[in-house]
Amino acid sequence: MIDAFADTIRRAAADGRTLRIRGSGSKDFYGVALEGDVVDTGSHAGIVDYDPSELVITVRSGTSLTEVENKLAECGQMLAFEPPHFGAGSTIGGAVASGFSGPRRAAAGSVRDFVLGARVLDATGRDLSFGGQVMKNVAGYDLSRFIAGSFGTLALITEVSLKVLPRPVAEATLCFDMDEARAIETMNRWAGQPLPLSATGFVDGMLWVRLSGAKAAVDAALKKLGGEQPADAAAFWASLRDQTHPFFAGAGPLWRLSIRSTAGPVKLGSQLIEWNGALRWIAADLEAEGAHRAAQSAGGHATLYRGGARSAGIQRLAPPVLALHQRLKRALDPQGVFGRHRIHPEF
Amino acid sequence: MGKPELLDPTPDALVDRDELVRRLLTGLPRHCVLAAPEELKPYECDGLSAFREVPLAVALPENEAQVRHVMRTCNEARVPVVARGAGTGLSGGALPHPRGVTLGLSKMKSIVAIDPMARTAIVQPGVRNLAISEATAQYGLYYAPDPSSQIACSIGGNIAENSGGVHCLKYGLTVHNVLKLRFVTIEGEVLELGGDGLDAAGLDLMALAIGSEGLLGVVTEITVKLLPKPQLARVVLAAFDSLEKAGEAVANVIAAGIIPAGLEMMDKLATGAVEQFVRAGYPLDAEAILLCESDGTPEEVAEEIEHMSQVLRDSGATEIRLSKDEAERLRFWSGRKAAFPAVGRLMPDYFCMDGTIPKRQLGKVLRGIEALSKEFGLQCPNVFHAGDGNLHPLIMFDANVPGQQDTATRFGAKILELCVEVGGTITGEHGVGIEKIDQMCVQFRPAELETFHAVKSAFDPMRLLNPGKAVPTLQRCAEMGAMHVHRGQEKFAHLPRF
Repeated sequence: MIDAFADTIRRAAADGRTLRIRGSGSKDFYGVALEGDVVDTGSHAGIVDYDPSELVITVRSGTSLTEVENKLAECGQMLAFEPPHFGAGSTIGGAVASGFSGPRRAAAGSVRDFVLGARVLDATGRDLSFGGQVMKNVAGYDLSRFIAGSFGTLALITEVSLKVLPRPVAEATLCFDMDEARAIETMNRWAGQPLPLSATGFVDGMLWVRLSGAKAAVDAALKKLGGEQPADAAAFWASLRDQTHPFFAGAGPLWRLSIRSTAGPVKLGSQLIEWNGALRWIAADLEAEGAHRAAQSAGGHATLYRGGARSAGIQRLAPPVLALHQRLKRALDPQGVFGRHRIHPEF
Repeated sequence: MGKPELLDPTPDALVDRDELVRRLLTGLPRHCVLAAPEELKPYECDGLSAFREVPLAVALPENEAQVRHVMRTCNEARVPVVARGAGTGLSGGALPHPRGVTLGLSKMKSIVAIDPMARTAIVQPGVRNLAISEATAQYGLYYAPDPSSQIACSIGGNIAENSGGVHCLKYGLTVHNVLKLRFVTIEGEVLELGGDGLDAAGLDLMALAIGSEGLLGVVTEITVKLLPKPQLARVVLAAFDSLEKAGEAVANVIAAGIIPAGLEMMDKLATGAVEQFVRAGYPLDAEAILLCESDGTPEEVAEEIEHMSQVLRDSGATEIRLSKDEAERLRFWSGRKAAFPAVGRLMPDYFCMDGTIPKRQLGKVLRGIEALSKEFGLQCPNVFHAGDGNLHPLIMFDANVPGQQDTATRFGAKILELCVEVGGTITGEHGVGIEKIDQMCVQFRPAELETFHAVKSAFDPMRLLNPGKAVPTLQRCAEMGAMHVHRGQEKFAHLPRF
């Protein structure tokens, strides 16, 4: 399979064609542009190595997220970055290439934080390995983490090694009626205390707080924080993770603002907040420049995640940062074999 | 194998020392530029004192504008730049270049801002690692990565090395605890990488910058994440009558779903050495001891300690002690933290290795090290970040005995090659620097090294930043004739070997 991919890359390079790497296509909605002939990695599937006591799983990129998560669950473990499933076939390669993380991200870390190693094909079809299967590894530049979130613009991922964590022994969710400003303040205040917080969300005037960890710790936090324990908690968190919550319904424009967690309410439209305030979803047809300005003044960036005019929706990079992106692209993929423009109109 | 050759091909400098100093002084005050031999001497090495070079000049900027001036000046004059934090690095990453400027960040040591609500601190690169936690303790917060040298090492150096520490299994490495960097390129441009949110637009350049050992740019400001300080920590000390059993106990703890705050192993040689030095009260008849720490709320710690103790007992621990108070917890740790100086007292010199291996290979690797120790005739106590598979064998030697340093170097190289052979890496947290430059040829194939050079060229086309460190040239690897043993496969596996 790897040989076939390498061959495809070499032929594309020879013919001056562009390739678009796709796992299941569940994130095709995202990005400035989808360019190039599709290379389907979904068939390159299977778990290569998994030893629960090493806290590491190595999988082929086309393996479905569900398969990986089921395998880990059998041994009481999980992908702690809680990747979204935007379709039944979502692959691990797509999860890493997109860099999208779910509700646990603020507490546990992002996809890239859990990447330990990657085996990739570069733009000339060479089979390369970076990082490895160990927790600590500082030999060479950290290219396996760098590739996370690069959306197929730098290399074709064939295999990834990810750090995994034990599933928490106990979990509970609390709900609190409050307004947005107070919810943002509360999430940040609690995140700064020794509480077993594993996710927070705010939508429809309700703050949701998930507690995960040792039973004693969860019980103590439940007593300390008060609030109501809802019946449908697991479904709620899954609906944030996979964006099936009614907030995300419809095909209208959806903006993603990644900003300073303590930034006050961004008054641009109907919102859903995650990550202790560091992630604000806005379902509205915003004027791009205004959204970018609002995010920038709160220390972050805004992206038109879905719908609307996608090219204008991407936050422009500062000129020297963009120039560095372009130099890196030229250095790693001089011929432009891997589709450009997925994550930035000028890269 | 002798001393690694430092020089990498860099363009010829366009100026001599006097002219360079004159140009540096157009942007830096007199007291920030050192060029007299007696002033340069203290900068001749970092924590790896076996390698020494005197730089052409030392620049000690006091602010970002001055850092930019040094970079621009050196870029125009084609003079190599070697960044240096506190000089505590163990791989010679800050070893000066004889034709280069050592850029010391030690004067940039202010904590610019602390935002307790957002749980962040903005600091300059010369701030000591521990100083961040000290300054933020009043808010119940701390900076988690804690390399053993944390009282002295600087956060800028931590960024360059992607430093870990005793608690990184649970709390991550430097790369997991940084939100934003101000990063000066060799052209003197300032890039802002990362952001105040949890991700940034575009590619994750911060992942590249962190751990790049001063080869891609110089950091002038860092926004670190702070965590709530755990209310309580307690440690279990468990003794074992064999290294294998101790290794299995480590695997059993993890397999039981426990992520200890710290999980450290020491072998008998190491406990013997530290006991003479700090009297931590370790059982000296044990072949190996484990230190297994739990932190969190008092309820959490009580539950976890009970669980840990049970697993350790079931794994065949011959003795289990639980720290009864903070003083005893610190005493249990004092031996582990003093392991390097304790070994240093027994022998004039030692090399500290830094390989990481899959934990299941521990028995094989420790037996291999024991055999090598006999073969080379040098003692080698082992201390081990067991939870994340990071080994620190300490090769003891006396540099005054002719040939012994060379023997120790060869012994060390063999250990690192063994680590790669079992699927590990030559460096878990100390960096490649100059020390492990040749072992990079063992861990990576030519095409992978070429990719590193391609990345480097995007940041630093003239290769002026820390030349000769971290990533070897292909020519160097070819000359060394190293056999690549990546994942048990030789490079050029199709060629017959005789």
